[in-house]
Amino acid sequence: MGRARAIAIGLALAAAGCGGVQSALNPAGPQASAIAALTWRFFILCGVIYVLVIAALIWALARRPTPRDETAEGQRRLGRIIAGLTVLTTAILVVLAVSSVVAGRGLISPSGPGAITINAIGHQWWWEFEYQDVSANEWVNSPNELHIPVGVPIVIKAMSRDVIHSLWVPNLIGKRDLIPGIVTHTWIQADTPGVYRGQCAEFCGHQHAHMAFLVVAEPRDRFETWLQRQRRGAPQPSTPEQQRGHDVFMTGPCVMCHTIRGTSAASNIGPDLTHVYGRQTIAAGTLPTTRGHLAGWISDSQSIKPGNRMPPVPMSGEDLQALLAYLETLR
Amino acid sequence: MVLAGAAAIAGCQREARPFRELPAASARSQAASETPLYAGSPSPPTGTTSPFQENAWGLSEGKRLFVAYNCVGCHAQGGGAIGPPLMDNQWIYGFEAKNIYESIVQGRPDGMPSFRNKIPEYQVWQLVAYVQSMSGQTSIDASPGRADHMPPHTPETISPYIGRRQTGHK
Repeated sequence: MGRARAIAIGLALAAAGCGGVQSALNPAGPQASAIAALTWRFFILCGVIYVLVIAALIWALARRPTPRDETAEGQRRLGRIIAGLTVLTTAILVVLAVSSVVAGRGLISPSGPGAITINAIGHQWWWEFEYQDVSANEWVNSPNELHIPVGVPIVIKAMSRDVIHSLWVPNLIGKRDLIPGIVTHTWIQADTPGVYRGQCAEFCGHQHAHMAFLVVAEPRDRFETWLQRQRRGAPQPSTPEQQRGHDVFMTGPCVMCHTIRGTSAASNIGPDLTHVYGRQTIAAGTLPTTRGHLAGWISDSQSIKPGNRMPPVPMSGEDLQALLAYLETLR
Repeated sequence: MVLAGAAAIAGCQREARPFRELPAASARSQAASETPLYAGSPSPPTGTTSPFQENAWGLSEGKRLFVAYNCVGCHAQGGGAIGPPLMDNQWIYGFEAKNIYESIVQGRPDGMPSFRNKIPEYQVWQLVAYVQSMSGQTSIDASPGRADHMPPHTPETISPYIGRRQTGHK
């Protein structure tokens, strides 16, 4: 009884692993569907063959040899069975190989012309997504949060600023390496609106495990609304506290690495902060965006994500609160 | 045997990689005085070497920051352009760590901006150590590789700016 319950719980836990926002077994786009279908085809076919082989092995061990086996007729019969099974094995392997190649080819070329092109740039240890289809003076840069319209293929140009990374969104696409000095291409398409989690899939240093991003797939009109909002620069500070926070940012170390469009901060070493408070997470999917988490991150990011490139920025409590008040306006 | 063990332990310093430099590194007031005269009894001399002088990680971080903070904009990869070269033996404001520290933090006339409050203290020291390594002032086993000719490309620790600056837009 106890064992049956343990098995039931184990199976339930295993099944729970199939769902979720980061699972190749919960496909939400054509590529992931092709991969999942291929996975199940292999799993079921190989499972059936495994059971049959084990059954045949047990039968062969249990069976007593008969005198007829030694006759010429018996030997010929045995030869025919072995030849038949060899042909069958070859046929199954060919079928599996062909279905794998067909699925692989489907992953390479988009199902239609790309609706938009997005640059995906890997950094130690965060992601940068640049939308190419906007004019040069209002480019959209969305670190660690990739927004895409559903139902259309999106072309992705993948690059790296430092070491090799790999782009992987299990619910949508397989892995695509980001190689320094080389632009690789892939495409992505989501058919079901939702939020999916992506992850770097090539070990890239200390914080490889905390190099995640979100893919927000939404209907075309909502996507356009988002894009329109992203095109805007940062608003002017409207209260004295926000103004002070703005000044702390512009006169401190922050400007050495970050961009806030509409201000004099224009470095692209770290993530673009123009809409930082509008994103769901900070630090590449490490923490949800809240005032408290931002405060902790600014004060001592090395205790949250050791080895990351952001230096600790000690400042007075008033300055920090003012800075947070300013950052909260960047939606 | 004992010597080999001691050498191995000493070697650990070379690769030491502290993540939380502050507050220790920032607590030190490193602004060198302009005069050898002190009020009252002489203060003990401040450390005049970078804490990263013999540290391979700190030197390689300096190399990365040298590009990241756009020192290359004026000094190129050490060969000099708008700004003076850093890999030769000519120093306008001195070659010692404290001189280079001051050049970065205070700035210098005719172009060198002050990075006071812009670059955290420990990163300034990483830059100081890297700048010293360019002219061979740091020990060779800890320094990042340095070619004798002027390198035409950026250091391998950071690839050139890509993305919007180079791929362009439709």
